[in-house]
Amino acid sequence: MTVTTVPAVAARPGLMELARVSRWYGNVVAVNDVTMTIGPGVTGLLGPNGAGKSTLLHIMAGFLAPSNGTATLNGQRIWRSHDIYRHIGLVPEREGVYGFLTGWQFVLSAARLHRLPDPAQAATRALDLVDMSHAKDRRIETYSKGMRQRVKVAAALVHDPQVLLLDEPFNGMDPRQRLHLMELVRRMGAEGRTILFSSHILEEVERVAEQIEVMVAGRHAASGDYREIRRRMTDRPHLFRVRSSDDRRLASALIADASSGAVSLTESGLEVQALDFGRFTRLLPRVARDAGVRLWQVSPTDEDLESVFSYLIQPRA
Amino acid sequence: MNTVVADITYRAMLGRKRILLLVLLPLALIAVAGLLRLIGGPSEGTAVTLMKTFAIGTILPLLGLIAGTGVIAPEIEDGTIMHLLSKPISRPVITFTKFVVAASLLALFAAVPTFIAAYLLVQTESGVAYGFALGALLAGVAYAAVFLLLGVLTRHAVTVGVIYALVWEGLVGGYVPGARKFSIQQWAQSIADQVSTSAFFKSDVPIGFAVPAIVIVTVAALLIAGQRLRGLSLTGDE
Repeated sequence: MTVTTVPAVAARPGLMELARVSRWYGNVVAVNDVTMTIGPGVTGLLGPNGAGKSTLLHIMAGFLAPSNGTATLNGQRIWRSHDIYRHIGLVPEREGVYGFLTGWQFVLSAARLHRLPDPAQAATRALDLVDMSHAKDRRIETYSKGMRQRVKVAAALVHDPQVLLLDEPFNGMDPRQRLHLMELVRRMGAEGRTILFSSHILEEVERVAEQIEVMVAGRHAASGDYREIRRRMTDRPHLFRVRSSDDRRLASALIADASSGAVSLTESGLEVQALDFGRFTRLLPRVARDAGVRLWQVSPTDEDLESVFSYLIQPRA
Repeated sequence: MNTVVADITYRAMLGRKRILLLVLLPLALIAVAGLLRLIGGPSEGTAVTLMKTFAIGTILPLLGLIAGTGVIAPEIEDGTIMHLLSKPISRPVITFTKFVVAASLLALFAAVPTFIAAYLLVQTESGVAYGFALGALLAGVAYAAVFLLLGVLTRHAVTVGVIYALVWEGLVGGYVPGARKFSIQQWAQSIADQVSTSAFFKSDVPIGFAVPAIVIVTVAALLIAGQRLRGLSLTGDE
């Protein structure tokens, strides 16, 4: 696999802002009063199918007018502004590529449509970036789904945009291609580009995104680092698995404090429901020390993205 | 006019199955003209009837539909248009470029074969070949713009176009004299009539109406298509 350096991003950061954006189709509300800011780095737009991710991404890409509210890039309104595409690269989910063009012709056409000073050089660089130079002279209609996806990414990157929007970018890719694109996305995010990708695959988001925006039923359900989101869910007790030198003694010491909702003794150690995350994490070492117990392992069991996501999409019983 | 958009559109139109229709229809016209010449000998009356009913009345609107909608509607339908729309190019420029492609294809596949077919029958006699070729050329420009607009406005552009060409121009225009004024086909005949001196042919719509009508319809269709493309909403599969 070739390794290609991502060109340095433009000095000005891409700040995409949605202010009270709604979008409805007749009586159906697809996106409901969403306000969010997407800045430099990799942001994952997460949500189950039908949550409004794609609608939101199309509003950000200027392909859908908000029914209400505004979508802007660096203060400039996106809808009906073709100049905005100097700064945006878009990888749509739809298969729509000109199958009769070769990969080279497709990416070169993107470079020429952007009126780049050296379109051929830009197209070569973009194809190298997605590891597609070897197949550039084949017609796109002969490509696999993953290859089509990569050539679309190359066309979106050809003008070195500040902002890259990707709609379900890893769909149809084999594991090797997926890892390669994940690495590329991470690298570009680290170099200061604003990258937003939608996905309903938790693992993809967890591996690539530093920030997540969660959509549930058209609403913006949560925003931030998923561990932080989990900690803000104060109505859901945190579950910890604790192993120590004397689990029984530690259990009785913990139950005496109000920050522990329930403590159960299992074969593999203690399971503690912490009602107050901050207080519990401060209290545990102190209680263990006072009780003369050594802590071997303290691990949160529901602080992974999957648990956070299921808490967000499922109403409390 | 954008050369990259034009290049992609020409490739899409000429490199696929659509070219078969673009070629077969004018070939049929030339073949019929050749056959008539062989079996009936040259006749100005026959030439005028063939041009009116087949060249201008059937082949031109069908080719107009294939070229006018074909340059944009399939791209909107399958989402490939996103490749063009997500670039810093004004959308009216994209519309205009696609119109130029459609109009040039109609000149090549409708106007030139119309001239060849008429020439086969009567050469340049009474200006029939020149008249109908010019009529096909200018009406082709109007068809290109109108059907391109349909391609932007509706996902059922071909159905609406067929209804317009067959029902409005063919049927209503045949029985209701007032409706003929609003028929591109009739405007083509007015131009042909103006150029030709044939005694076998008299158009219903005055040239003073037909030419401004072609200009107004073409410009208006392009302006509306450009504006509609600016506000075109495309969504994902969600």
